[in-house]
Amino acid sequence: MRNTGERIVQNALMLVAFSALASLLLIAVFIFKEGLPFLLRTGLRDFLLSSDWRPQEGHFGIYPMIVSSLWVTFGAMLVGAPLGIACAIFLNEFVPKSVMRVTKPTIELLAGIPSVVYGFIGVIVVAPLIRSHLGGPGLSVLCAAVILGIMILPTVISISVDAIGSVPNSYREGALALGATRWQSVHMVVLKAARSGIVAGVILGMGRAIGETMAVIMVAGNSVKIPHSALDSVRTLTANIALEMGYATGQHRQALFATGIVLFVFIMILNSLAMAAMKKSVK
Amino acid sequence: MRVPPKVTQAIAVALFGGATVLTLAVLVFVIVFVLGKGLPVVSLDFLLQSPREMGKAGGIFPTLVGTFLLPLVAVAIAFPLGVGTSVYLTEYTVESRMTGVIRFGTDCLAGIPSIIFGLFGYIFFVEILQMGWCILSGGLTLAIMVLPTIIRTSEEAIKAVPTSYREVSFSLGATRWETVLKVVLPTALPGIVTGVMLSIGRSIGETAAVIFTAGASLRLPDSLFDSVRTMAVHFYILAREGISIENAYGTAAILIIAVLLVNAVSYGLMNRFIARRTK
Repeated sequence: MRNTGERIVQNALMLVAFSALASLLLIAVFIFKEGLPFLLRTGLRDFLLSSDWRPQEGHFGIYPMIVSSLWVTFGAMLVGAPLGIACAIFLNEFVPKSVMRVTKPTIELLAGIPSVVYGFIGVIVVAPLIRSHLGGPGLSVLCAAVILGIMILPTVISISVDAIGSVPNSYREGALALGATRWQSVHMVVLKAARSGIVAGVILGMGRAIGETMAVIMVAGNSVKIPHSALDSVRTLTANIALEMGYATGQHRQALFATGIVLFVFIMILNSLAMAAMKKSVK
Repeated sequence: MRVPPKVTQAIAVALFGGATVLTLAVLVFVIVFVLGKGLPVVSLDFLLQSPREMGKAGGIFPTLVGTFLLPLVAVAIAFPLGVGTSVYLTEYTVESRMTGVIRFGTDCLAGIPSIIFGLFGYIFFVEILQMGWCILSGGLTLAIMVLPTIIRTSEEAIKAVPTSYREVSFSLGATRWETVLKVVLPTALPGIVTGVMLSIGRSIGETAAVIFTAGASLRLPDSLFDSVRTMAVHFYILAREGISIENAYGTAAILIIAVLLVNAVSYGLMNRFIARRTK
């Protein structure tokens, strides 16, 4: 009697354990089911490499959105990665543990600030600054990069802090015993040992930046064109989906799901890279 | 000329210290700015009245209800699935190809952007299952979104329970499930609750996944099949459509307070959990 009960529980738990994997597959299947037929009909080249996005006339080319997404993400990394890594190094290596114990939770607490709030700050504070000092419309690649760069800070910091923290103390002691300064021990020994973990943090940050939607809609300006400078208004892949999903029908809607597929593929590649880097750092 | 190590050390400290101060300053600025502009708008009436003229006037009461209900539904669904998964992974099986695949799926799910969840929830729950824009569609979508968080944190918490606890339970004649239910889970509870609180925090702030699945109705919901608007969505619409910047600030202030409160509680719990573990 007890054994049957145990067996039922075990099988039920096994079933439950597949819920995350099943959800992932379900998401992939339904996004692809809506978008893939369209993608095959239009042809991958026409969809990915054409700059002509006029849904009403049946022209669906998302090249400008792909370029914009990449620029915005790249810009966010330029802002977020150096700041985040510098923060992680400073908190781990240059201040007493007690400071770290207060600062790290504070930064992680801030990871919870909703993305729409960051977007709003971008519109109210950052965009006018850009407009008055650098020119252009304000809502631009630069504005999106700054806001997304700030948004990914907690991700980059938190994972880098863990990576640097897991470098054995004997490494540092060895370097210091040889007469190295703190900084020499950091850049010659600690950073080399923690490199994979830091790379994973940066890649995960990139994933967050490229996938962010509402904040980007608010700050990037949303014009469909290939940006020529950091001050140009752009529309990212995510923004394209969210802006037009509300009223799109028929082919137009399928094209948005196909945009979702492109985004999905980007994210999967980034995730796999991050996971590979993590695995290397565990070793 | 070679720069002396003492100088590079000083430069490094200044640079990294500066970066840290700047980061903290920016993050604190965001909070202070929003609270400073938003709190003066907030009053009891603002919290307890319904919005008038699409949110131009009046309060935000229905969005408070929506913000409370959606995460609740999400966690009610994700909690048993997430904790069940982590119990299975830690207590009922050894590391194998299968657990590897499950972990891989969980990690991938964690990285998927919220707009993809929104698209999926819209096509699957709203359209194919014909549930329409409602609390349940939104809750189910959010449940999938927070599932990886709950799985990971519960797994960490369960792994941290000493093996000796289980051995004592087994030696008293308890079965595996009895051990899980009466020994492992109660010990791991604070850690599990941390994951739940983090999930609630994320759900409260979510916009893209919610707007396409739960809709944006400003009416008070009667059942799980009614559409609701959360504070995050309300704030987005107010700010983006320029309906009322003043009310947007007020909503943002309450939103930030709610999220920070939930996150602070979860970090408090986590610290207590870690303190107990290392005792």
